[in-house]
Amino acid sequence: MADMNTYKNLFTNLWKDQDFPVKSLIECLSSNGDGNGHSEAELQAVKSLKDEILLENHEEPVILLGMGTCGLANGAQKIYDAFKTLLNEKNINAKLISTGCVGYCAREVIVDIKLPNYPRISYCEVTVEDVPEIVEQTIINKQVIVGKTLGVYEKNGHAGDWSSVNKMEDIPFFKKQKKVVLANCGVIDPESIDQYISNGGYQALTKALTQMDSEKVVKEVLDGGLRGRGGGGFPTGLKWKLAAQSKGDKKYVVCNADEGDPGAFMDRAVMEGDPHLMVEGMAIAAFAIGADEGYVYCRAEYPLAIARLEKTIKDAKAYGLLGDNILGTGFSFNLKIKKGAGAFVCGEETALLNSIEGKRGMPRPKPPYPSDAGLFGKPTIINNVETFANVPVLLRNGADWYSKIGTENSKGTKIFALSGKVKNVGLVEVPMGVTLREIVFDIGGGIPDGKEFKAVQIGGPSGGALPDSVIDTPVDYESLKSIGAMMGSGGLVVMDETTCMVDLAKYFMTFIQSESCGKCIPCREGTKRLLEILERLSSSHRAEKSAEDSLMRFQGMVYLERLSEVIINTSLCGLGQTAANPVLSTIRYFREEYEEHLYDRKCRAGVCRDLLTYKIDTDKCTGCTVCARKCPENAILGERKKAHYIIDDKCIRCDQCRANCKFDAIYVE
Amino acid sequence: METQQIFEKYPPGDPSVLIPILQDIQEVQGYLSEEEMNKVATHTKLPVSRIYGVATFYNQFRLKPLGKYIIRVCRGTACHVKGSLDILQTLENELEISAGDTTKDLQFSIETVACIGACSIAPVISINDEYYGHLTVKKIQKLIAEYRQK
Repeated sequence: MADMNTYKNLFTNLWKDQDFPVKSLIECLSSNGDGNGHSEAELQAVKSLKDEILLENHEEPVILLGMGTCGLANGAQKIYDAFKTLLNEKNINAKLISTGCVGYCAREVIVDIKLPNYPRISYCEVTVEDVPEIVEQTIINKQVIVGKTLGVYEKNGHAGDWSSVNKMEDIPFFKKQKKVVLANCGVIDPESIDQYISNGGYQALTKALTQMDSEKVVKEVLDGGLRGRGGGGFPTGLKWKLAAQSKGDKKYVVCNADEGDPGAFMDRAVMEGDPHLMVEGMAIAAFAIGADEGYVYCRAEYPLAIARLEKTIKDAKAYGLLGDNILGTGFSFNLKIKKGAGAFVCGEETALLNSIEGKRGMPRPKPPYPSDAGLFGKPTIINNVETFANVPVLLRNGADWYSKIGTENSKGTKIFALSGKVKNVGLVEVPMGVTLREIVFDIGGGIPDGKEFKAVQIGGPSGGALPDSVIDTPVDYESLKSIGAMMGSGGLVVMDETTCMVDLAKYFMTFIQSESCGKCIPCREGTKRLLEILERLSSSHRAEKSAEDSLMRFQGMVYLERLSEVIINTSLCGLGQTAANPVLSTIRYFREEYEEHLYDRKCRAGVCRDLLTYKIDTDKCTGCTVCARKCPENAILGERKKAHYIIDDKCIRCDQCRANCKFDAIYVE
Repeated sequence: METQQIFEKYPPGDPSVLIPILQDIQEVQGYLSEEEMNKVATHTKLPVSRIYGVATFYNQFRLKPLGKYIIRVCRGTACHVKGSLDILQTLENELEISAGDTTKDLQFSIETVACIGACSIAPVISINDEYYGHLTVKKIQKLIAEYRQK
């Protein structure tokens, strides 16, 4: 297989007398037979190299490992090392490549094998122990290991004697997906600019710079109907138009990669799996608004994404696709990475700008909007990773093509991070307009362990929990708002009967309350009061010292909705304005659970510990004393080899005894 | 790397480099001491109160030294519905410290993070750079015992 930066050798050989060989290269790759003014020899040279780079035509076996964060968390590094050692020992000439994530996290670690003249085959749930078998059976003997296969990629057309294996696109998890933004993720080597270019990369940027002006680019994005993928759904083209019209000698493009929503990892997957796509999108945005400098504000918790971005920027610069005088058009764009320091509020655009400027990440009042006075007071556009990653796809295929995907008001696809109590945890990209039910049940495979579906939480701490009665709603910005949720950044957490909705509201309020920046009072104080009300709801009568305490508990429930409205209406920024959504949506759809907690002091899911009583089944208890030793409060008494018992007043419901009992003798009521 | 060498990478008097400087210092020293923050104030020509304000605003910065093993407990939504609170409480019980603290022998620190992004193996924790997924209360006790042996 071709080495990294092979194109560089080609264009220095083929177009060495030209100032901007990369332009010729991309023209050759994007030409549809008309040659684009290039000679047959040039086109042929480029094509054969492209086939080599994309593994259409290669001589050595290639092993591709999904090494995104989820792959690594499942031990991909050890598998990589095992392959390396074994290939060395056996003296096998094979190429080992680490890719991003194909999205099927539930089946990690995924290892793809591409043998010459064979289709690419995917093995799933691979462990270190499987490595010798894969090398022996598949790489040496060219046989499929039946139990381990996920599927084959049909791309190469010659399924050969591996035709019995599922095609990737026929797997239920992939069948209803439409991979537009994630098309390259897990398929190409994210650190190879050559593979990205071979797959059509940087053609959109070239098209914008050489065939369009900034107005046309803005119009194309407007016509395509792309809307911000970070939450609010503001039309991207409109944002760009305002910034383009804004007067200023200096403008900035900022990418919001501070993906802080718990349960969301779409942006990480794009940055780890296809970082060039996002960078290309940013360069196009810069051209559209007339900016020459950009920042990627990325969470420090994503070290792999940052490392890959650094390499991406370096490679793009070496190819003349970033930096000064890009492709000889006179347009310059320099990109820097800023590491976030862990503050959820920095996902709010003006707070993010303050953070880049080295201040505390507190939001600014709007107006002035960033498109007039943003970073360092200059006109600035801020979009998130997924939004930028949509731009090259939109431009390359045209607004007409793009606007055919999705619904009337929500165009294109959306990536969701599907997690929680669902069989196929992973990253899914679907066209706007599919229903939540299709995502959870058809793609996600439903609820594991025969449990009952209860709700799906969409939009993280700003969104809502939706029950069975509304999950046939199509996924688009407006429909979701109408049922009390929002698109958010794309976290989808599935919950079953063992999740308590009051506890969920409490969980989000704890999060928001600790992440509130403290600048405006409704958010700072209001969320704290909301949390107190929720905590009282799920507290035991033992915690109440007087009748007044009991009255406070009821009073809280009366004020819960009103207080939520006040926080929503009077907070300064998006964080506060959506902070009460998890509370409101759970009250709206699960009011009876709130009432049970309030009136009966019962938690049907068995989650709110204070409302439970721990007891020991004297028939099952063998008196092994493990629970008594584990109990941090010394609330368990009993003699060795005799049944123990729990002193209820001392019990703090830490669950240590139940979790540690080998005989299932401890139960709750 | 000395703090002085870190300063050389960043021009003096530029407030926008404050966060990267603090990140670099913490990377080397493990935490931000009062002494270092004073030096940063001189270099960036900002009041110390501003340095302290930034250092306490962001979750990443620590004003106390950390243990040898940093245990990060994911408290994301997916981990929460799969019982990460139990995992956290078990850790706190085992090590006899609460989240955000370090054991007296400087062996373990517990931190909570909003989301590690490894939702497929929830509930998940990381100890230094190693991830441990599909955890249960029992597994966590074994894990800590193993680390104590190290």
